[in-house]
Amino acid sequence: MSPMPKASVNTVKRTYGEPLPNVDLTKLIGGLIVIEGPDSSGRSTQIRLLTQWLQQEGYAVASSGLTRSLLVGEALDQAKQGNILSPRTMSLFYATDFYDQLENSIIPALRAGYIVLADRYIYTLMARDLVRGADRAWLESLYSKALVPDAVYLLNVSVKNLAERTLAMHQCMDYWESGMDLGLSRDWYDSFIRYQRRLHVEFMRLQKDYGFEVVNGNRGIKAIQKDLRQRIEKVLAQIF
Amino acid sequence: MTEPVLPGKLIAVEGLDGSGKSTQINLVHQWLSGLGCKVYFSEWNSSDIVKDATRRGKKKQLLTPTTFSLIHATDFADRYERHILPMLKGGYIVLCDRYVYTAFARDRVRGCSAPWLRKLYGFARTPDITFYFRVPLDVALGRLIEGRTRLKYFEAGMDMGFSPNVQESFRIFQGLVMEEYERMADEYGFTIVDATLPIPDQQEYVREQIQARIELQDFKQRMHT
Repeated sequence: MSPMPKASVNTVKRTYGEPLPNVDLTKLIGGLIVIEGPDSSGRSTQIRLLTQWLQQEGYAVASSGLTRSLLVGEALDQAKQGNILSPRTMSLFYATDFYDQLENSIIPALRAGYIVLADRYIYTLMARDLVRGADRAWLESLYSKALVPDAVYLLNVSVKNLAERTLAMHQCMDYWESGMDLGLSRDWYDSFIRYQRRLHVEFMRLQKDYGFEVVNGNRGIKAIQKDLRQRIEKVLAQIF
Repeated sequence: MTEPVLPGKLIAVEGLDGSGKSTQINLVHQWLSGLGCKVYFSEWNSSDIVKDATRRGKKKQLLTPTTFSLIHATDFADRYERHILPMLKGGYIVLCDRYVYTAFARDRVRGCSAPWLRKLYGFARTPDITFYFRVPLDVALGRLIEGRTRLKYFEAGMDMGFSPNVQESFRIFQGLVMEEYERMADEYGFTIVDATLPIPDQQEYVREQIQARIELQDFKQRMHT
């Protein structure tokens, strides 16, 4: 039993302000659902479970993430190894990567009536840049061509829990996820805690501006999944 | 403008493909080096780290108006923050073959809005002198056809779908780009060069303008003997 996607007046997509040249928003009949949250917040596990569930319910699902674009994904990975680009160049590189995926992968899937589950979106990119001192108005304008998702869920996990999960999973901390480039501390653990706290502050500010839903990510996998499904069911009822 | 004064000077050249601006800025570069001035040259779309991605995007025609704009902004930011700005702070004359106005003109034709583009490039200083090489379309097209085997895909605006014919597409696309340049000329105070004149005449005018507006003596390298 597969639901028939249809475009209705209430579900016409829009961008955050600036039009996307050559894109007809009225043709986008699918749904865009974003899961945000720091690394080790359980995003990918939740997305995997949501994908299975949605497919069982008869929805076609496509996934999307950061730095996966054909255009600059590879160059970005290289740049991260070298650490030679200025913060603004990195911002613009990530923005290029984001829009490449938006236009070449998310939008075609939405046109075909898919549900796109995005593993992070512009908010992560903005939060990272804001922590590094980027100008808020500049960033807002940069991402003002992004599609407004049908729903955004932020998996909110306490910084202490994040640190525990990261260590249990990788036995070490990632250079970028610890914000080592910011020089907050020479101690990786200490830097991780301070950097993630700052990110959290920015996420909460963005939450106010962009109005996404905060989901308590300190619970078990099943409890979070149940919570997400209940929320998503309501969104799907509006789209399809 | 609230931009702080820097010890260096910034000179940009703008104009259509085939306007001859690169030839002119190269001659300026030679001249200033010959005078013993501290000079640095930077070319549009030439940053090492971004070049591969741009080339790949252009070859596979993966670029949309938005990503076309952003990848060039990335290239510019890299060159600006790693070279152009430090060189200006270090007291160099910086020569730019194309500057933000290239993006303003081309990307607007591709459908990006002027306010969005201005914000995007809001971090870039206004040049001390911007030379705009004004040339009729047919002259520009003629020079390109003589000089090269074929027009490039994006240069001819083939992504816009104006015409399946490359020359026709070039004419339409560059015509629109020219309108944008003409619109900006007053607002940004471009110094207009008649690019149909013989090369030495144009160069003479350009050098006069530079000498009148920049105290070249201040940029001569001190030689230790």
